[in-house]
Amino acid sequence: MQAFTLTQPSNIQSAVAAASEPQTKYIAGGTDLLQLAKDDIETPRQLVDLEPLPMSGIHAGPNGLRLEALARMSDVAAHPAVVHGWPVLSQALLASASPQIRNMATVGGNLLQRTRCGYFRDTGFACNKRVPGSGCPAINGENRMHAILGVSDHCIATNPGDMAVAMMVLDAELELIGRNGTRKVAIGDFHRLPADTPHIETILRPGELITGIAIPASAAARRSGYLKVRDRASFEFAVVSAAVALDMDGGTIRSARVAAGGVGTKPWRLPEVEAALTGKPARAATLQEAAGRAGEGAKTTAMNAFKLVLLRRAVLRALQTVAA
Amino acid sequence: MAKTYVSATINGESAEFLCETQQTLLDVLRDVIGLTGSKEGCGSGDCGACSVIVDDRLVCSCLMLGVEAEGKSITTIEGIANGDTLHPIQQKFLEYAALQCGFCTPGLIVATKALLDENPNPTETEARYWLAGNLCRCTGYDKVIRAVMDVAADMRGEKVA
Repeated sequence: MQAFTLTQPSNIQSAVAAASEPQTKYIAGGTDLLQLAKDDIETPRQLVDLEPLPMSGIHAGPNGLRLEALARMSDVAAHPAVVHGWPVLSQALLASASPQIRNMATVGGNLLQRTRCGYFRDTGFACNKRVPGSGCPAINGENRMHAILGVSDHCIATNPGDMAVAMMVLDAELELIGRNGTRKVAIGDFHRLPADTPHIETILRPGELITGIAIPASAAARRSGYLKVRDRASFEFAVVSAAVALDMDGGTIRSARVAAGGVGTKPWRLPEVEAALTGKPARAATLQEAAGRAGEGAKTTAMNAFKLVLLRRAVLRALQTVAA
Repeated sequence: MAKTYVSATINGESAEFLCETQQTLLDVLRDVIGLTGSKEGCGSGDCGACSVIVDDRLVCSCLMLGVEAEGKSITTIEGIANGDTLHPIQQKFLEYAALQCGFCTPGLIVATKALLDENPNPTETEARYWLAGNLCRCTGYDKVIRAVMDVAADMRGEKVA
């Protein structure tokens, strides 16, 4: 790990000011950034330490949930109001990483964790995400874990998150602050498709900081769940995951929110599945038919065609569980 | 680069040290303080051999900067026993032979301590998921889990008595 200076600001404004300097990164939980720095994937000259800032609150009320950006994954997962009112969020967090990592990692940082693509994480390989224009060995290489949705000719790396997938079905809104003030952005607009600029992963501007995440309360949020399929039962990234939130009127689905992880270059909403559920009775055949539509536009590789089949099965299982 | 002065509490005693900003807490514990019980297995948060408790939270010391220990209370494997008397968790790991090469053992014992501090009566499933961040390549985990479940029962019994 190369040497860097550590700046410990006393408030958000001075943090944002410090982050406007070149080769500067924010550090919060540090669980991904320090891995990347040890492997020379990230080579910051200055880190702006957010840890001392009082930004870790979890505020739950009848109208919604507000997570301050430094709230720990473990604290959000275990919060009784989250477990009851937004179960998909709690389940997705508990399915993430290990107890140690969840105790350290923050929800703001989790939205920014970088892909687990082995070529990205090894400086011995070319990678368009790490070195723009250098090429993508994954497209014709070891790509079993890579994305099938949102891919480009430049990058097929999977977004690794679980929490963001849950947030996709909860209409979460991120609160950002930068040199030019604050703004809000929907979770679905936060991550970018790789296209021909896979090194630009989010809409964050240089030095801009996530300060909080607002999530509305709803009947669908209360009736929600997360299914994660992975190569071992714990402490592993998703091969495929599915988040579902249903607004039910008796046995009829008034509206549905469905998203998937492990398959997209960003957290992936499945409107084709949602449309096939809206206004329909929650019968086995309806769920089966809707789940069978998942993955519209998928583009698979030599090693990951199975993900499209697994995606449909995971969505079906998640729908069955949440509708039951 | 100039070193940073850090003041913390380690295993109940006040500790002061100088460290470079890029040194992890694990680097500091092992190379600056001389507490070599915490191990570096992977250095990337995958194996848990470096597990320590920081202000009542189980963390990987390899993914925390040493300078961020300022003002914190840290428990390492060296702080688990009471002098020459092993902690019941350590004793039970010995009785069950819940270790072979021993490299993961400090992390597993610290993680078990954190588990039982928070949940004195875990189910086997809860114990297994809690210890999911601690890899052992020798034991196959079975003896570890049996030791954890047995010591949890013992410790609950001690509290009643």
